[in-house]
Amino acid sequence: MAIPIKYNLRNLKMRKGLTGMTALGIALTVTTAIFLMALLAGLNRAFVNTGDPLNVLVLRKGSIAELSGGFDAALFPTLRELPGIAKDSHGEPMASAELVVVIVLPRKDGTGEVNVTVRGMMPDGLEMRPGVKLVQGRWFTPGQREVVVSDSIQKRFAHANVGDTIEFGKGPWTVVGVFDAGGNAYESEIWGDVNQMASDFDRQGGYSSAYLRATDAVSADALKHRVSDDQRLKMDGLLEPEYYAKQTSSGAPIKFVGIMVAVIMAIGSSFAAMNTMYAAVAYRSREIATLRVIGFSRPSILTSFVFESVVLSLLGAAVGIVLMLPFNGMTTGTSNAVTFSEIVFSLRMTPAVIGGAVVFAVIMGLLGGIAPAWQAARRDILTALRD
Amino acid sequence: MTLAGFIVKSAFRNKRRSILTILSIGFSLLLLTLMMTIWRSFYLDKGAPESAKRVITRHKTSLANFLPLYYRDKIRTIPGVVAVVPMTWFGGKYIDDRPEHSFTQMATDPDEYLKVASDKIVPPDQVAAWQRDRAGAMVDAELAKKFGWKIGDRITLLGTIFEVNPELTIRAIYTMDPSPRILYFNEKYLEEAVPWFKGTAGFYDTRVETEKDVPEVEKAIDDMFHNAPAPTKSESEHAFRLSFIAQLGNVKAFILSICGAVVFTILLVSANTMAMSVRSRTSEVAVLKTLGFTKRRVLSLFVGESIALSVIGGILGIVAAIVFTQLLSKSPVAVGVPAGFVVTLPTVVVALFVAAVVGVLSGSIPAYNASQTSIVEGLRHIG
Repeated sequence: MAIPIKYNLRNLKMRKGLTGMTALGIALTVTTAIFLMALLAGLNRAFVNTGDPLNVLVLRKGSIAELSGGFDAALFPTLRELPGIAKDSHGEPMASAELVVVIVLPRKDGTGEVNVTVRGMMPDGLEMRPGVKLVQGRWFTPGQREVVVSDSIQKRFAHANVGDTIEFGKGPWTVVGVFDAGGNAYESEIWGDVNQMASDFDRQGGYSSAYLRATDAVSADALKHRVSDDQRLKMDGLLEPEYYAKQTSSGAPIKFVGIMVAVIMAIGSSFAAMNTMYAAVAYRSREIATLRVIGFSRPSILTSFVFESVVLSLLGAAVGIVLMLPFNGMTTGTSNAVTFSEIVFSLRMTPAVIGGAVVFAVIMGLLGGIAPAWQAARRDILTALRD
Repeated sequence: MTLAGFIVKSAFRNKRRSILTILSIGFSLLLLTLMMTIWRSFYLDKGAPESAKRVITRHKTSLANFLPLYYRDKIRTIPGVVAVVPMTWFGGKYIDDRPEHSFTQMATDPDEYLKVASDKIVPPDQVAAWQRDRAGAMVDAELAKKFGWKIGDRITLLGTIFEVNPELTIRAIYTMDPSPRILYFNEKYLEEAVPWFKGTAGFYDTRVETEKDVPEVEKAIDDMFHNAPAPTKSESEHAFRLSFIAQLGNVKAFILSICGAVVFTILLVSANTMAMSVRSRTSEVAVLKTLGFTKRRVLSLFVGESIALSVIGGILGIVAAIVFTQLLSKSPVAVGVPAGFVVTLPTVVVALFVAAVVGVLSGSIPAYNASQTSIVEGLRHIG
């Protein structure tokens, strides 16, 4: 027969101080783990959710990023005429040649300067990114020194509100709108007209990349291969989501440090939990013997104590999750290892992160509980009673 | 029996509890030491004295924008400048994309490079060989060891930013501490292969006479190109490195919050153990007092025990951290590990100090309570 759960809960309640301190120790460990997992979840989302599977990104052969791309502008008409490209609202092939440059902007809080990606695009570029929504003002007008900024750029950098001017290239640019990209990689960009940008950065006659919109998923794949196989072009085509998925490697340093920190802290906390559970067992040795005398079996005592330890760590997990809630959605930035510019992302406590934290806590509870519980179950009844 | 002997005896009376506490504190201090080491190697390391004499000049907008090559001769005319070389980050791949094959490659001018980077040690005949061969490369000794390169070996780099795959012959192998793991080759090779790169450079590395000249030279360079088509930003090598770290995000707050959480956790763990330990000895304290131990004596007994436990844990943690950093810097996948990622003596001292403070803090409250219990009450205690 199993020992009632209430027995464990009452025990934890009786030793409030000890339970509280151990749970708080576990809570801090869980908080750290959640913080790191949420950071990675936000970063992953920034890359994984970027890109439309119908958009084919074209780069110079051998190039791995738009920033280091660069091909002759004379090749663009050839690209545009390839079969399988969807028509835009004017009945023309939906394609956009783009120029990607990096500029330096000061952070609003004065903590230094950051590289920000500026993307010059053709009018079709906006049409090809239906997921990006305008939230303030209007889109830029081709031929004008106008830019639209993402909402996180607006939040994080000085002079990025509608009506402000940003200084880069050969002079001031007016901010005419703010867009919301839904937390993906575009969230870290400033957009404007490609020709204006090209003349400002002395890059006439060349583009960084080109985007082609395919009619459907099958033709997107075909289009991608058509670009890569065309001997005249010397270019590589890849689906936009594939390109961004590759950039998740930017999170590698955070991932490495995160896993290291979480594992070391978890081991430390498991030892602490083990200590508490050993104390609980030692404290109750007569009680345990009595339970045995009444007829509870060894397995049920083992389960009961392991369970108690897991409850203890779940308590810690709950506190940890609550402690982290205020940080949910906090935005931060890190350097994109591929483009050298800042990638903005937010801490995301997704259900997966919360679930991960709970599993993490349960593992700590099991590690800390099994040995003491084993000892409790194995004790000789007579010696324990005589204690 | 001396006081110290008594403390040690009582600390290990309940061996399992003491060992678990020591391990728990040890793991926390391992983490704390690692975090402090990261902090130090990022923010406090000023680098070698040679490094303090170098100024990096890049395009004001970003490192991704190139500078004209003629800037070099102009920078040379500035008083205080000893030598200046163009540097270009090639950003190529070696063999494939795998991270263990990744290292930095720089295109520079072999004729003057070693005047700027005088902290690199290279045999003179190898330098001469590198300067003679336009397709020659100079590599780091550790990099050479890792890939099994020898003088005269031919290697091919695959360009990503530049549409060229340089075929280079290793002509020189340099040693430097800490090892930067960089390959250098002739920028003329790149200029000839890539038409659009002709006449440009990624950034300039300038060596000045003394450390004191650095701020003046920085200002002089930036003023010189203030109205030029490509304005510049000059900073010391240290500041240049810091700006890269700043790009990673708010690393300072990140490290500090982890350190805070760690210290708080060990405080809890240690206080918990001491509370348990004191509680189980209430009647013993009463006996000690009956024997004539003063309150202060009892207090120092318990605090001493708590300090002993956390300092032992601290020593274990620090030793583990030293081993860990050693292993990490030798592991083949250590790409992003900054040079100089080693535990230094000041870090060890700070970590031990933290351990001792944790011991004092966590031991005081339970010990105070124990010292205050009246003898009669203590003797009656069952526990």
